[in-house]
Amino acid sequence: MTAMLTVSGVKTFYGSIEALKGVDLIVEEGEIVTLIGANGAGKSTLLMTVCGSPQARYGRITFEGRDITRVPTFEIVRRGIAQSPEGRRIFGRMTVLENLQMGAVTARAATFDRDLERVFTLFPRLKERLSQRAGTMSGGEQQMLAIGRALMSQPRLLLLDEPSLGLAPLVVKQIFEVIREINREQGMTVFLVEQNAYHALKLAHRAYVLVTGRITMSGTGAELLANPEVRTAYLEGGH
Amino acid sequence: MAYFLQQLINGLTLGAIYGLIALGYTMVYGIIGMINFAHGEIYMVGAFVSLISFLVLGAAGITWVPLMLAIVLVISMVFTSIYGWTIERLAYRPLRGSVRLAPLISAIGVSIFLQNYVQLVQGARIKPLPPVIRGGFTLMGDGDNFVVQLSYLQIIIMLLTVGLMVAFTMVITRTDLGRAQRACEQDKTMAALLGVNVDRTISMTFVMGAALAAVAGVMVTMYYGVVDFYIGFLAGVKAFTAAVLGGIGSLPGAMLGGILIGLIESFWSAYFTIEYKDVAAFAILVMVLIFRPTGLLGRPEIEKV
Repeated sequence: MTAMLTVSGVKTFYGSIEALKGVDLIVEEGEIVTLIGANGAGKSTLLMTVCGSPQARYGRITFEGRDITRVPTFEIVRRGIAQSPEGRRIFGRMTVLENLQMGAVTARAATFDRDLERVFTLFPRLKERLSQRAGTMSGGEQQMLAIGRALMSQPRLLLLDEPSLGLAPLVVKQIFEVIREINREQGMTVFLVEQNAYHALKLAHRAYVLVTGRITMSGTGAELLANPEVRTAYLEGGH
Repeated sequence: MAYFLQQLINGLTLGAIYGLIALGYTMVYGIIGMINFAHGEIYMVGAFVSLISFLVLGAAGITWVPLMLAIVLVISMVFTSIYGWTIERLAYRPLRGSVRLAPLISAIGVSIFLQNYVQLVQGARIKPLPPVIRGGFTLMGDGDNFVVQLSYLQIIIMLLTVGLMVAFTMVITRTDLGRAQRACEQDKTMAALLGVNVDRTISMTFVMGAALAAVAGVMVTMYYGVVDFYIGFLAGVKAFTAAVLGGIGSLPGAMLGGILIGLIESFWSAYFTIEYKDVAAFAILVMVLIFRPTGLLGRPEIEKV
């Protein structure tokens, strides 16, 4: 396996506030890697920094061997990285189809129908809702749309930011099932940020723990799941 | 009845012109949340470019009206588009991300700059243009010998406006560019994550707005036959009123607002007093802002939590 995404010594600032204080991590091709951590630890900031919004002030990010630290955000997706961001950020006043079309901005027109079919296979619900305004759908459906939209750009690396947030347990299970499927059947590399540590660690091949802008622990999903520190900090109090 | 009909025709013609300018205000507001106060001046520049083009074409012996009109429209749209693009690039883009007031002040500066620039280059005197399109239909006369006229020019203005609005709506609702514009309107960061070049999309919005204002400039030049460096201010504020009345940010709203302002002005002039027609239009602005700040077709601002 080769390193697909490397993040080394990355520091990101919001104004004068240091949100990431030197993060190092690697995502290898074909893996599901998860990043867990408490609210405000900087998980979403890390994903957004990978996409150049905001850009890292210090450190280096490479994707498939090329430096992308200073690549503008709208070019990142052309390199092969798609993100389903925190809060889903679907275009609420557009239809489901238009949202998916937005996902395909950088994709070739010739493969649009095929990509659309592939998304429908993963999320049959979206097909029924195609002409509905996306903002009127349930949270779970919106999450499906956000992931589907990201997939429309034919990425090689999929960044998922808290896909389980605010969803009913049954829907969470469904979403995680689809992530597993995308990874297994399409060989998609997935970098998953989660507060729902139990599900994420069970799903992931490897995992990192982020605490106030620094990586404090890493290992396989199973290792961290068994780690007493992780258990007290992130798994106690139900899942 | 005849008198009423005549005012209706005049009001619709005027309203069509306001509507075209209002679209530029509302589009720019929609995408970057800023009132482009220099937009009226863009329209004024369009009027001047059309005046010069008409005169040059006339001197060159091109007098076949459809050809003349087509050439003038294209030249004016190209010129004002360049103006629109440049203004955004120089005066607004560097201020993006700063406080909301900064680009607004910059816009007022651009507006004053353009007025003075045109005054310097073209002189302060009113510039006349001989009628390009003469004649029309006489629809009806009544007992008082009042005759209802619908000129060919008015027909052209209305048809051109309807055609442009349809074309424009298609661009916004059906094309990749339109979809990207609507996406940027809702969430620029997300649009960028999906590969939309946000800066370029905003530039295109200014270009489209400027091109529509140019068409309005051409039509006004032909309709009134006079142009001066100051016409942009009043027309701009009226069109802005139209955009607010329709609901700023809403495209059908801008068209509706434009037509309403045109009708109000026309009927007010006809039945009350012509001196107060601007007062009437701006009284509407005040009333809308007090009683229905989101306008007729606007959507209420929903604060995200």
